[in-house]
Amino acid sequence: MARSLKKGPYVEPSLLRKINKCKASGTQVIKTWSRRSIIMPEFIGLTFAVHNGKRFLPVYVTENMVGHKLGEFSPTRTFRKHSGIKARATVQKK
Amino acid sequence: MPRIVGVDIPKQKTVEIALTSIFGIGRKVARDISEKAGIKSSIRAKDLTEDEVAKITTVIQKDYMVEGDLRRDRTQNIKRLMNIGCYRGLRHRRGLPVRGQRTHTNARTRKGPGQSVGSKRKKKGPR
Repeated sequence: MARSLKKGPYVEPSLLRKINKCKASGTQVIKTWSRRSIIMPEFIGLTFAVHNGKRFLPVYVTENMVGHKLGEFSPTRTFRKHSGIKARATVQKK
Repeated sequence: MPRIVGVDIPKQKTVEIALTSIFGIGRKVARDISEKAGIKSSIRAKDLTEDEVAKITTVIQKDYMVEGDLRRDRTQNIKRLMNIGCYRGLRHRRGLPVRGQRTHTNARTRKGPGQSVGSKRKKKGPR
């Protein structure tokens, strides 16, 4: 379910502080655990390192990403392929 | 046979139903349209005068996105999701359900007809 408009977009306050600091000092990559923060228009052009539970994945924010959450760009699950006829066929093709 | 926004040629049915053969128009929108155009939605499509057809067309073109435009809009939305590499986009790329449904079983609409997975039992070697 979508978030109530009344509340407005949510960004972790600590992340906002970090962003302001980074913008001032010019550091590039912002490490964050805050996957639940919405990407604001001010974030465009910044690179975040978003934690996926194990590692920090680099996310370069573009205009299209505004309104999504940071976590959407840092997948938490690895997909392991099935063995079998089809998988073997694709492996052989490569 | 009346022609409304492009290729749609419904005939025997009432306006409310006939308009639904346009992509992007369902029963509700069809009724709204006929109301806006000042036409009874229970009239058969073949009984519409040229004037009424024109009215319906203008209403649709003014207020609704239908057919090609709507289809393009939809594919572009999906393409956007795929290009920015977000979770929903990844699911679209994989052809898996996008909205968190289970995939252990079912999900056949997205995955297509079932394929057998896993290796077949190996043939017994010579004794």
